[in-house]
Amino acid sequence: MQFMLLFSRQGKLRLQKWYVPLSDKEKKKITRELVQTVLARKPKMCSFLEWRDLKIVYKRYASLYFCCAIEDQDNELITLEIIHRYVELLDKYFGSVCELDIIFNFEKAYFILDEFLLGGEVQETSKKNVLKAIEQADLLQEVLRRQKVAGPF
Amino acid sequence: MEAVNLLSSNRYTEKQIGYLFISVLVNSNSELIRLINNAIKNDLASRNPTFMGLALHCIANVGSREMAEAFAGEIPKILVAGDTMDSVKQSAALCLLRLYRTSPDLVPMGDWTSRVVHLLNDQHLGVVTAATSLITTLAQKNPEEFKTSVSLAVSRLSRIVTSASTDLQDYTYYFVPAPWLSVKLLRLLQCYPPPDPAVRGRLTECLETILNKAQEPPKSKKVQHSNAKNAVLFEAISLIIHHDSEPNLLVRACNQLGQFLQHRETNLRYLALESMCTLASSEFSHEAVKTHIETVTNALKTERDVSVRQRAVDLLYAMCDRSNAQQIVAEMLSYLETADYSIREEIVLKVAILAEKYAVDYTWYVDTILNLIRIAGDYVSEEVWYRVIQIVINRDDVQGYAAKTVFEALQAPACHENLVKVGGYILGEFGNLIAGDPRSSPLIQFNLLHSKFHLCSVPTRALLLSTYIKFVNLFPEVKTTIQDVLRSDSQLKNADVELQQRAVEYLRLSTVASTDILATVLEEMPPFPERESSILAKLKKKKGPSTVTDLEEAKRERSADINGGPEPAPASASATSTPSPSADLLGLGAAPPAPVGPPPSSGGLLVDVFSDSPSAVAPLAPGSEDNFARFVCKNNGVLFENQLLQIGLKSEFRQNLGRMFIFYGNKTSTQFLSFTPTLICSDDLRANLSLQTKPVDPTVDGGAQVQQVVNIECVSDFTEAPVLNIQFRYGGTFQNVSVKLPITLNKFFQPTEMASQDFFQRWKQLSNPQQEVQNIFKAKHPMDTEITKAKIIGFGSALLEEVDPNPANFVGAGIIHTKTTQIGCLLRLEPNLQAQMYRLTLRTSKETVSQRLCELLSEQF
Repeated sequence: MQFMLLFSRQGKLRLQKWYVPLSDKEKKKITRELVQTVLARKPKMCSFLEWRDLKIVYKRYASLYFCCAIEDQDNELITLEIIHRYVELLDKYFGSVCELDIIFNFEKAYFILDEFLLGGEVQETSKKNVLKAIEQADLLQEVLRRQKVAGPF
Repeated sequence: MEAVNLLSSNRYTEKQIGYLFISVLVNSNSELIRLINNAIKNDLASRNPTFMGLALHCIANVGSREMAEAFAGEIPKILVAGDTMDSVKQSAALCLLRLYRTSPDLVPMGDWTSRVVHLLNDQHLGVVTAATSLITTLAQKNPEEFKTSVSLAVSRLSRIVTSASTDLQDYTYYFVPAPWLSVKLLRLLQCYPPPDPAVRGRLTECLETILNKAQEPPKSKKVQHSNAKNAVLFEAISLIIHHDSEPNLLVRACNQLGQFLQHRETNLRYLALESMCTLASSEFSHEAVKTHIETVTNALKTERDVSVRQRAVDLLYAMCDRSNAQQIVAEMLSYLETADYSIREEIVLKVAILAEKYAVDYTWYVDTILNLIRIAGDYVSEEVWYRVIQIVINRDDVQGYAAKTVFEALQAPACHENLVKVGGYILGEFGNLIAGDPRSSPLIQFNLLHSKFHLCSVPTRALLLSTYIKFVNLFPEVKTTIQDVLRSDSQLKNADVELQQRAVEYLRLSTVASTDILATVLEEMPPFPERESSILAKLKKKKGPSTVTDLEEAKRERSADINGGPEPAPASASATSTPSPSADLLGLGAAPPAPVGPPPSSGGLLVDVFSDSPSAVAPLAPGSEDNFARFVCKNNGVLFENQLLQIGLKSEFRQNLGRMFIFYGNKTSTQFLSFTPTLICSDDLRANLSLQTKPVDPTVDGGAQVQQVVNIECVSDFTEAPVLNIQFRYGGTFQNVSVKLPITLNKFFQPTEMASQDFFQRWKQLSNPQQEVQNIFKAKHPMDTEITKAKIIGFGSALLEEVDPNPANFVGAGIIHTKTTQIGCLLRLEPNLQAQMYRLTLRTSKETVSQRLCELLSEQF
């Protein structure tokens, strides 16, 4: 995978994960173009399109568009499922996730994404394992926070 | 700076925030990078899996070159160490992958590669998933190292595919066992050719199971289930296509895709069309694909999604062959009328290519192209109508028909400008073929074209003016009408320079020139030489590196033997023509420098002087044969000249050694860059003739002349001639010129005077039939005694007077000096003035020498 973008129906970017090195300017340009193209598609159209020399796989969940760019030889259907799996992970973690959750807890969304995908490839497909790793991290955070609050005294 | 501090803290939260900060805001500030790298190194060395995980994630997210340098050695060790935790192993594998992608050279292959392959057998499926991705990418660069992974992958895959749904527990996704892992394993297998029979059997079983499962009723109504199942299915089909070895599987795959073509879900239809495109190029399934043509054409008409329609067009193009060409072209034409503007040009190119390739009857081809222009004239690029004109000119049978059709098409009230261009050209060349018919008499033709004149742009008008002057030649009766038009002020004083010039010149030409001159100047165009179709080149450029154009290559190779149409095949023709010895003087035998092949590549011009690189050499320049012949009997002169370059020669020979000065003159005012002359000899020639030269300065200034010295030594007698190939860059273009270098056996001829008795004595000595070669040939040049004598002397032989009883005959003697031997030669040339023929007899002690000298000398007269 080359990059993943999440954006709302109004075109506001909620999450961006880039797996290829690009300059800031290029990233902004790509984002702008792609958002326009995807938003222009009608509901019944198919989920894949060709854009520049990449394949774009996108899916709309409620008010958010999840958009992934993959290379020519990657499997499109499995990418759709990657998107779905990610949504499921978010759902399980936040409990009935909605766009607001992602806006306010974006760092958690990034952490979950990191556990699931790394370097553009699927790392761990077991929902249980991913969520377990996140829970562990959360626990550590909690413990340290409590320790901090308690202080040395 | 704060972030770096945070990194080194021992608290998880702080570390986490620190890493997040770094991943998002990395820049190449060197100080910080070193500190960051240090912190990461510490974390990696710590045995704490959480910290290691964080560190690896950071490296994978950033993946910069500095990080690669720092960690590329460490990470493989972590990956294969026995005591690393599974989650860390996963991250390490993908981290390594990321580093490899950014800096492949920094990741060395080591003995960790075999361990990595063994990770495929790991218990933890997450590890297997990560390892598979890593191996897939590495195997593409180093397939040898990872060959053992194939059998492991196959066994893993079969275990997954045949597992019951409860086995894999958490890795089962909506009743599909480990779909991501299956897809990855199938991708890995696509990096390698079909494995050996034992493994192949299992793989085939596996694939069949997957295909079977697709036929079973779905276990769940959810779209995720079907998506996952189909993802595995499509990947399996890609693998089957890639192997291209099991006809059974291919046909089944094709049928499966055929079912998908009519599925309710748009996604599946889209993917099916795409996969079928690749399937169409395989010979086993090509027929099966063709059976779906109805479905595809339906899809073309009824689909609402433009991207699906586009795939349908691609598929029609891929499945086209002789049997259904007409149908497909008709369908594509009707689609063109309603097509999206963005894709029209591509479709136009495709229709043009298909029409040309599969045209059995060229009248159909002409019709199709004219239709094309009518429907989508704006998108018909220049290459297309150039091509149609080339074809019409090359084929006599279709010229009349083309003229008639074009005439009728032009009568439509609103024609597209491209049609006027094509019509103008064709009527200009072949209007006489339909002039007999009163409806298309010359005057009517002229009026028709002229009526469109004012509506056209400048280039079209220029073309029409040329057509008018051709009419003046073809139809004298309309001469005055045309002259009036040319004389009118709007032409002679036209604002555009080109039009004005043409009008003035053509007017003058028509008034001043006699009919003969006019006829010669405006003679019919000769047939065009066959070249690679520029349309294909344009389509390739448009599509870029997509599968459709690779298809085109495969198709061309396949269909080259199926249809013997206008495929440019000069390559095979010239390479196989080995001239017979008695023919053409310059029988080069088995090593012609290069067939008329693809243009040379533009990079890498510093070719080693003696490197045998036939693919980079241009065909011999026209006229080089004659020039070569001229140089047999003389040593100085101009060897080759074209608009840019002049090559002169000055050579001197003594016994078996020689020295040749080659002068390269730059005739233009622009520099030649990367000027590289190369001497090319076949292996036989190199054994017999030794050439040494010094390299030349690669930059030649405008108007300058550079010199190259070639030292020659004749080791033994030889028949071929070396080729001088010159490559240089002029302006933006790449130039490639080849000429034969006139180093021939007779250059090493030393004249020997001898008296008549000696001559006849030796003549009798050389009475062996192999030693004598005789040739009777017609005189090419006027038979003048003095010139003939001069030529014989120039050839290198001594001219012996008073030897032959017949004073009209010429007799000569000499010795050929080679390093190894010296060969005595005697020759006798008998002219027959009445018949304008000569008889040349050559006797030497070595057969090949006699042969060669006879060939060389025969061409001189």
